[in-house]
Amino acid sequence: MPATVFSAKGITKVYSMGEVKVHALRGVDVELWEGEFTVLLGHSGSGKSTLLNILGGLDVPTEGTVTFRGEDMTAFDESELTQYRREHVGFVFQFYNLIPSLTARENVELVTDIAADPLDAKEALGLVGLGERLDHFPSQMSGGEQQRVAIARAIAKQPDVLLCDEPTGALDVHTGVAVLNAIERVNRELGTTTAVITHNAVIAEMAHRVIHLADGKITETAVNESRKRADELNW
Amino acid sequence: MVSSLDRKLLRDLSRTKGQVVAIAVVIACGVAMLVMCLTTLKSLENSQLTYYDRYRFAEVFALLKRAPESLKDRIQEVEGVARVQTRVVEGVVLDIEGMSEPAVGRLISIPETGEPVLNSLHLRSGRWVEVGRPGEVIVNEVFAENHGFKPGDKLRAVLNGSMEELRIVGIAMSPEYIIQMPEAALLPDDKRFGVFWMGRDQLEAAFNMESAFNDVTLTLLPGASEDEVIRRLDGLLERYGGVGAIGRHNQISNRFVSEEIQQLSAMAFILPTIFLGVAAFLLNIVLKRLIALEREQIAVLKAFGYSHWDVGWHYLKFVSVIALGGVALGTLLGIWFGRGMTAMYTEFYRFPVFGFDLDLGVIVIGAVVSLGAAFLGVFGAIRGAINLPPAEAMRPEPPANYNATLVDRLGLRKLLSQEARIVLRELGRKPGKAFFTSLGIAMSLAILVVGNYSQDAINYLQDFQFRLAERQDLTVSFFESVTGNAVNHLTSVDGVIAAEEFRSVPVRLRSGHLSKEVGIQGLVPKPELFRLMDADENVIPVPDEGLLLSAKLGELLQVSVGDVLTVEVLEDKRPIRQLTVTGLVNDFAGTAAYMERRALNAFMREGSRISGAYLKIDKKLTDEIYRELKETPMVASVSIKDAAMKSFQETFAENLLRMKLFNIGFACAIAVGVVYNSARISLSERSRDLGTLRVIGFTRGEISGILLGELGVVTAAAIPLGMGIGTGLVYLMSKGLETELYRIPFVVNPQTYAVAALVIMAASLICGLIVRRKLDKLDLVEVLKARI
Ligand SMILES: Nc1ncnc2c1ncn2[C@@H]1O[C@H](COP(=O)(O)OP(=O)(O)OP(=O)(O)O)[C@@H](O)[C@H]1O
Ligand SMILES: [Mg+2]
Repeated sequence: MPATVFSAKGITKVYSMGEVKVHALRGVDVELWEGEFTVLLGHSGSGKSTLLNILGGLDVPTEGTVTFRGEDMTAFDESELTQYRREHVGFVFQFYNLIPSLTARENVELVTDIAADPLDAKEALGLVGLGERLDHFPSQMSGGEQQRVAIARAIAKQPDVLLCDEPTGALDVHTGVAVLNAIERVNRELGTTTAVITHNAVIAEMAHRVIHLADGKITETAVNESRKRADELNW
Repeated sequence: MVSSLDRKLLRDLSRTKGQVVAIAVVIACGVAMLVMCLTTLKSLENSQLTYYDRYRFAEVFALLKRAPESLKDRIQEVEGVARVQTRVVEGVVLDIEGMSEPAVGRLISIPETGEPVLNSLHLRSGRWVEVGRPGEVIVNEVFAENHGFKPGDKLRAVLNGSMEELRIVGIAMSPEYIIQMPEAALLPDDKRFGVFWMGRDQLEAAFNMESAFNDVTLTLLPGASEDEVIRRLDGLLERYGGVGAIGRHNQISNRFVSEEIQQLSAMAFILPTIFLGVAAFLLNIVLKRLIALEREQIAVLKAFGYSHWDVGWHYLKFVSVIALGGVALGTLLGIWFGRGMTAMYTEFYRFPVFGFDLDLGVIVIGAVVSLGAAFLGVFGAIRGAINLPPAEAMRPEPPANYNATLVDRLGLRKLLSQEARIVLRELGRKPGKAFFTSLGIAMSLAILVVGNYSQDAINYLQDFQFRLAERQDLTVSFFESVTGNAVNHLTSVDGVIAAEEFRSVPVRLRSGHLSKEVGIQGLVPKPELFRLMDADENVIPVPDEGLLLSAKLGELLQVSVGDVLTVEVLEDKRPIRQLTVTGLVNDFAGTAAYMERRALNAFMREGSRISGAYLKIDKKLTDEIYRELKETPMVASVSIKDAAMKSFQETFAENLLRMKLFNIGFACAIAVGVVYNSARISLSERSRDLGTLRVIGFTRGEISGILLGELGVVTAAAIPLGMGIGTGLVYLMSKGLETELYRIPFVVNPQTYAVAALVIMAASLICGLIVRRKLDKLDLVEVLKARI
């Protein structure tokens, strides 16, 4: 049994919009393990992004506790959260969120500049098959290429956890597979604990474990007996 | 190696370079103005002091009738006195070849051997006077230049009633006469008033002043009380006809120069404040916009472990680059302008030292003030970036919140085109931004109004003083008061149309601890030539009794109508009596006091006496009249209004014109900076919307109509606002530039407003056209593809 990386207990998240209160999470208990590949599934608005943001230290829960390798993250102050993100987390966002004024290489360097033990930017881009596009600006690349730059940026710092919010949401099958391949490879080769949000149930077949969310709660956790590789998926 | 974040900074800067440069230029204008004024101020103050120091300019000055030279030792013994110099100083009427107008001179004694103890001369050419050579004089340079005198030239003067020949042996300058102002004049006169230095023995002999003196100047020991020394000196001189000693700050030449230098500090404050305020505002809108555009990028940076401070610092660097660029450019310009300006003033005042003094402190002040303004301007925007929660990275900015505008609510929408409605909603949605943009444009208009104000003020002042108030052509002064019917002699001169006599008496007015030396001018009951006018151009009647004061003088003495003043007469028997203030008059020049002439005679307990007269003459007979007056023994001086007018213009016009050109350049920099930045920002904010409109079938003309319509409305609103602000600033300037010697009227010519509005509209139009060209090049695909 591998060690626990994240352990969330009874976390809720309430957004107050004036009079209206939106309960994004209503008591979630979850653990993620070292080296594990987890997929989070659920309808739109079910709280997936909210959960991932909390695990990534971008947001704090309204109630409940989250520990990272035994440390209570809910007790972190702003600068500790920043430190935590800087040292341990790699993010991949649904809309890539590259810096448009920086080239692919520079976007990756943005992260390696401040990481303790980073990969070379060129190497990271090589891992996602973009070794030839180092000096292109985001506006000169397709959506899938931009998403791969985003992945390279996330993995270049050799994070302990890789959190991906719908990394293939905007991509076609072919590029989607290429992106998932890249994520899987990082998980496998570097042993990075990985969590991927998706709407696409097929992708769940890649995971060690699949967590289903509905209306702010975990409804089901399934362990895959046998995992598929990205290129074996049937879209 | 440059970090990736800094590389982003550089690319952001180069992407927005138009805006960056525009803002930097506005900052540069403010800094240049500040540095120019402060360095000029400092340099001139230093040159002035160095000049004074090197030529031992005295600190206390006193005139008297006649005292034995032995009194000098007693003056020397007064506590706090360092060095004493006694002199013989006499007024003479000059007779200069080829000049029909009368001119007067002042002869000042200097030792024939050795340097004067105080008030030394800077010899420009020729030599010092020599012992035993009668008639040798050194002449003041300005006067010499005006008449083309060279060493060796001769002129004639009436010395103590007899015509003598003066031979010019040298040309010199003196710290005592940087500005040459004849007695009781308001303005310098370099042509009709000359200062000459003559050997003491010669002068004593010519005026029967052997072993006597009638002028004493002295310097003080460090720490000595000037007031106390003056009091003791006045006590010593009283029996010898002393008319009251004055300190250096009241010495006419020094006061004139110092006040003019001080006006620079008013300039150093008002305009840079406007420029830096506008720059702060521009930085604020530009940075706010940049941060809004980069919201998601900021969130990504934070998600990857950049701290809030890293992010804040990143944007602060953006601002600092602009501000420092502006400071560097502004400082260089400021030093350059300051050098030019110092040189100009140095030449104007003929300081023999040119001390351009570049004070590091001034540069530091410029940098600190402008960086401070810049940071103040972006404080809110940067705080927004710092506080932006990183979880926002996943969420695009919520759609803008549009409300029904007033126009919609009033049901006017049917009257307006689709484009006009979009324009109005856009303005209604961000009224703050629209307002501040208008305010920025208004500021540039205001600067134009202020820039032209000096011209307006001079024109007005000239018209007021020389057409409305002083309608005489000549002012004749007698050596001493004569009986009232002497005026008939003047009226009988051929060509004199009218004459109006006056009596003037030097006095010291006292009210409590406040006092002021002035001349009381006694006028005829209903003057037609020399009229008293208030600032509203009303003729003020001469009161039958009591004293009429310049409003400014009333202010200085803190008295109002009905108050009683103690009046110490500073001539003859020097009686001390009381007078009631019966009126205050708002005049522009000098600090004057007026009475009815007979009332003044009564106050002096004298019969009908007059000191001079105002004449209106037939200009065709001018030369004849001059000749006649020159030959009239009692006439001490004649001053000519046309000459005064010319001197007036020369004194003010040149400097102010230069300032005006600066202001126009600076105002355009602001107008362009504001308009260009707002237009570019609207363009970047709205390019997606405008692109969408193009895709659904709006024409280029229609979408530029929307963008430029906004600009048009904002500019239109700025015009009345700018006129209002400009008027307010003019008021501040008129107050700020006011000195004891003259007030500056608060007037703005309608033409000034019109020109300012036109310049601003033109600047707006040019910026609009530049932005329109960008809009025409809008790449629809690009615009719609980009998420931000
Ligand atoms: N900042 C916020 N303010 C208010 N409500 C929010 C905010 N962020 C999320 N929510 C609400 O919380 C709920 C969960 O949102 P979350 O983004 O976690 O959903 P999701 O599962 O990621 O959905 P999707 O698949 O559409 O991305 C939604 O109802 C959403 O409207
Ligand atoms: Mg989501």
